[in-house]
Amino acid sequence: MSKVPYEVYTEDVEALTVLSPAGEVINKDKMPALTDDQLKEIAYRMIFTRTWDDRAVNLGRQGRLGFYAPTSGQEATMVGSEFALEKEDFVCPGYRDIPQLVWHGLPLHQAFLYSRGHQHGGEIPEDVSVLPPQIIIGAQILHAVGIAMGFKLKNQKNVAITYTGDGGSSEGDFYEGLNFAGRFKLPVIFFVQNNGYAITTPFAKQTAAKSIAHKAVSAGITGVKVDGMDIFAVIQAVKEAAERARNGEGPTLIEAVTYRFRPHSLSDDASKYRTKEEEGQWNEKDPIARVVKYLESKGLWSDEDTQRVKDEAKAKVNEEIKIAEKTEKMTISGLIDSMFETTPKDLEAQKADFE
Amino acid sequence: MAQMNMKEAIRDAMRVELKRDPGVLIFGEDVGHVGGVFRATEGLQKEFGEDRVFDTPLAESAIGGLAVGLGVQGFRPIAEIQFVGFIFEALDQMVIQAARLRYRTGGKYTSPVVFRTPFGGGVKAAELHTDSLEGLIAQSPGIKVVIPSNPYDAKGLLIAAIRDNDPVFFMEHLNLYHAFRAEVPEEDYTVEIGKANVVREGSDVTIIAYGLMVHTATKAADELEKSGIKAEIIDLRTVSPIDIDTIVESVKKTNRAIVVQEAQKSAGVAAEVIAQINEKAILHLEAPVLRIAGPDTVYPFAQIEDTWLPNPARIIAGVKKVMEF
Repeated sequence: MSKVPYEVYTEDVEALTVLSPAGEVINKDKMPALTDDQLKEIAYRMIFTRTWDDRAVNLGRQGRLGFYAPTSGQEATMVGSEFALEKEDFVCPGYRDIPQLVWHGLPLHQAFLYSRGHQHGGEIPEDVSVLPPQIIIGAQILHAVGIAMGFKLKNQKNVAITYTGDGGSSEGDFYEGLNFAGRFKLPVIFFVQNNGYAITTPFAKQTAAKSIAHKAVSAGITGVKVDGMDIFAVIQAVKEAAERARNGEGPTLIEAVTYRFRPHSLSDDASKYRTKEEEGQWNEKDPIARVVKYLESKGLWSDEDTQRVKDEAKAKVNEEIKIAEKTEKMTISGLIDSMFETTPKDLEAQKADFE
Repeated sequence: MAQMNMKEAIRDAMRVELKRDPGVLIFGEDVGHVGGVFRATEGLQKEFGEDRVFDTPLAESAIGGLAVGLGVQGFRPIAEIQFVGFIFEALDQMVIQAARLRYRTGGKYTSPVVFRTPFGGGVKAAELHTDSLEGLIAQSPGIKVVIPSNPYDAKGLLIAAIRDNDPVFFMEHLNLYHAFRAEVPEEDYTVEIGKANVVREGSDVTIIAYGLMVHTATKAADELEKSGIKAEIIDLRTVSPIDIDTIVESVKKTNRAIVVQEAQKSAGVAAEVIAQINEKAILHLEAPVLRIAGPDTVYPFAQIEDTWLPNPARIIAGVKKVMEF
């Protein structure tokens, strides 16, 4: 006899952890199979992403970048979830998920152009399977469902992954996406980065549900929760979800519990709603420190490596922001021409007002 | 040639395109197994299979998002929103996502999607089934709005909409589905989107209309002719973008015009038509261009619908006003 519904899910879901904050593998069964080169690549990408975030915040303050949502603290969820996929898998990001786009193939200077409000930022290269960042929270979830259905109809063994935050899990589109994907058994991964806050609103004010992973139940799909500060747990969960998807077993909702070390955006002040104490506790869970400790213990990493990556990242950011700044200015004619395949007459005539 | 009513012509258009292009997909609430609440897709699932024509769960936003995602994958989705009032649930996917995708990605991705929706008054339907919401979509850059008034145009315009590489909102008037039959070619053909049609020639006044109002205007024109007033009727067919050239040409001849729409006075596209006439033909006008439209209330309760909707008498009164200005 099952319990009455309201008693069934009053307990939290246990989060998968593989790597302890001390850098030890505490769950060998769930340790993803990674070569030494892959392990080093992971560390490289995480440190690169952190350095890039530091630089981006400064570039934003200098007015050289526009809209920018900081990523520090979320390197395990962002780098790890993308690393677990194949190049032909499709990424449908939210506005914070720029690192996944870049590691999936979007040139960094285009990410900067997106931030600066230039059309070329969204002109995704031909062989890169991503959509531009989505501002309407939840809309990208439905696009991933459609893209996944496309894979299924084409008999292509690929998956679509889509990202949202804890606040996004309150949107109608979030539920509709889960439900459609479940109904059609589509190869899609719903990856929720629960960083505890939707701008100033804490997760506890989004829902009475104990976790976001629970919400999979409403759509009849698999829901899992992972330690989002543990890149190995993230990689393992995404790999397992992708395998199920490729095998025709349908979608998975993954909740990754993480934290953003910086405010929501450059125009937000997190000190108004978070305590130093809370931030300190999360700093101890820093996903990069964990991986570095692990790699050091295996003799694969040193302080010099960290410094080298930071230097490389800084140099790359400097180089790419210059490319962005030198990109040809947009024109109204160009915008008009990009509205339709064939520009309607009246719209065509509107160009004259700007020449 | 075959005799078809507008619903059959619409179904035939989808059949032609399903056959021609394996990328064409049809989905929505109840469109598959049963063939739609108006049977506009009847028989198509049986003929083309469940992978091409299928029912979805009841959620309009997801239907819209599914269409956008499938468009990214190179498919040509025809997404049905069961009744016009429910497009509000799907509005983000229609006018923010589909309509802007080409622009946002500099052409890397497009939305070759058709959103089909029945609308239109005079059938005593329940709330929010019949509102004329074309004005909302017409104000959204990046999506075209097509409203056929007869079987021939319906088939040709729908085929053109399906082949268009940009999104099209295709509105089907409930009162025209079974209203009459007309000759419709069995082969495939297109009617150009963005091109109006002079459905009745006249020399005294131009009546610009679309949807059911083309027929209401025709009844008015028959009456007007008895008192010696020859009205020219233009069926817009596409309400966004508007074919202003055809309108201006007519106004140059008649020097008078009225716009007839079923939507409320402040909604629809009449104001845009008048603004464009003012910009392009004001020196040809002998009188101001008037609007005949629904009053600016919420769509009427079924029992007062017939009084609320524009009728021939109101059109005749409007024409007389501009004739006697």
